[in-house]
Amino acid sequence: MLEQCEGSHAVAKAVALSRPEVICAYPISPQTHIVEGLGEMVKSGDLTRCEFINVESEFAAMSVAIGASAAGARAYTATASQGLLFMAEAVYNASGLGLPIVMTVANRAIGAPINIWNDHTDSMSMRDAGWIQIFAETNQEALDLHIQAFRIAEELSLPVMVCMDGFILTHAYERIDIPEQEQVDRYLPPYEPRLVLDPNDPVTIGAMVGPEAFTEVRYLAHAKQMQALELMPQIAEEFKQVFGRDSGGLIKPYRLDDAQTIVIALGSVLGTIKDTVDDMREQGVKIGVLGITSFRPFPISAIRDAIADATRIVVVEKCFAVGIGGIVSRDVRSAVRNRPQTVLTVVAGLGGRAITKASLQKMLLDAIDDKLELLTFLDLDWGIVNRVLDREKQQRRSGPVAEGILRDMGTVSSRIG
Amino acid sequence: MFQVRIHGRGGQGVVTGAEMLSIAAFLGGRHAQAFPSFGSERTGAPVVAFCRIDDKEIRLREPIMEPDALIIQDPTLLHQVDVFSGLKKNGYILINTTRTFDQLGLGEFVKDFRHEHLLTVPASELAMKHVRRAVPNVPLLGAFAALCGLITLEAVQAAIGQKFHGAVAQGNMEAAREAYNIVKTQKTVAEVHHA
Repeated sequence: MLEQCEGSHAVAKAVALSRPEVICAYPISPQTHIVEGLGEMVKSGDLTRCEFINVESEFAAMSVAIGASAAGARAYTATASQGLLFMAEAVYNASGLGLPIVMTVANRAIGAPINIWNDHTDSMSMRDAGWIQIFAETNQEALDLHIQAFRIAEELSLPVMVCMDGFILTHAYERIDIPEQEQVDRYLPPYEPRLVLDPNDPVTIGAMVGPEAFTEVRYLAHAKQMQALELMPQIAEEFKQVFGRDSGGLIKPYRLDDAQTIVIALGSVLGTIKDTVDDMREQGVKIGVLGITSFRPFPISAIRDAIADATRIVVVEKCFAVGIGGIVSRDVRSAVRNRPQTVLTVVAGLGGRAITKASLQKMLLDAIDDKLELLTFLDLDWGIVNRVLDREKQQRRSGPVAEGILRDMGTVSSRIG
Repeated sequence: MFQVRIHGRGGQGVVTGAEMLSIAAFLGGRHAQAFPSFGSERTGAPVVAFCRIDDKEIRLREPIMEPDALIIQDPTLLHQVDVFSGLKKNGYILINTTRTFDQLGLGEFVKDFRHEHLLTVPASELAMKHVRRAVPNVPLLGAFAALCGLITLEAVQAAIGQKFHGAVAQGNMEAAREAYNIVKTQKTVAEVHHA
């Protein structure tokens, strides 16, 4: 049924429709509305046969999810930012043990300096943790991906992280098609675990493995993610048959025909990029967009094929590896290996900096004119940067960087963007 | 696409106002997207929320920098925030105040605007009367429905019903209706005056 609602509400609905048996949660912005909504549904009796556990930290949240999943329950949690970092050890354990937990990450920057706004640094910090990571472009897709996530996770016995842009999606009101319970039941069968702690058939989960087999266990984790590359498009296709919508899969091509320049991105910024590309197409620029839905596993062949005919790839990413540059673009470069294609990294939207059509268009025209550096920080304010660098040159005790910048800038409460 | 920016202060229901506006537009068969400015808002601090309305899916996620309409929930912001930033020529301006544009010192600024796009409404007073709290967001939506006809009063009432319950919902519905009627009456008078 069509509803105008908040992204967090849509995700809570999707999770509830997926019949989770254990939800453990610790509040952190911008994820909080999701688990609040689920908590209300459990308390009111709208979501039955589900235990909602308030835990004392994110580390506990993931630990409880691991225990619940190992006991054979469909388990869900959500977090963001520092919360994801705090649960990091358990995040690796969940995937290492092969437990099909589904977790929402409402993407948010990581401090210091403390910042509650959106970027992808949190999810990216866990990109090598062995979880499947899928990114939602819209709130409709966030809802759809959560339902698919339980299918993917349980078929592979691997945890899935559904990433959605904090605030930009979680707090946005949009038109959402919320499915019927009967549809979700038809699509998502009850959880049948591959491994389970069953007193009638006792096993150990979590044994120590030495050098004699650790490599093999790790290789199998990789092999499973390679299986996911086959599975995820099928799951998306079945989703379309039941729900009538294109959602999920590995990649999302947009206006790639004859495109000489292709913009690659993840998440909600794809909408603004598509609008920008439409404008540029009208001006005769041969440009297209490739959205990456599955970041882990990284669909290297699908991307290689999709961008084969372009001369220039511009990767817009809301994160970067300090000391080297792009994270997504590094993976994209491995997809275009042995080809004379330029891959440019554009870091944008850090800590909630608005990514505007105007800035994107200017940057893309620069890229097409070969005026863009290999690594660009979109809308970087050099005035602010140079003041700090000057201060550090002049004074030994130049003081804390963030506070110095805030003092330089004065009040920012009057700004719109 | 029609873009509305709402300015107010933490505690005045700015974000809820944008959300209800989007619900009302949705109920009218439109696509709508409402979102806050995502600050760590505190009571009394300047807050901005946005609402886009269109006949097709809205993909754009940037803040609204060139609004078609401004709803200003607190006139004291006029001296603190650049509320008019990017407002389109002949855009709509709706201000919660008992005063006029001239009395607010805006006469010169708005002299080239179409006067039927400019409106002041005593929304805080209407909220006090009907809800007993000076939360002006809902009466402003009632006034906005009458001002630009993009949403109907019925849709605003339905949106209120989705957001609030019981006496608060009832009071807000009455506040929206009275604001709507005040504006409609003013408009009729203005039209007669013109004729």
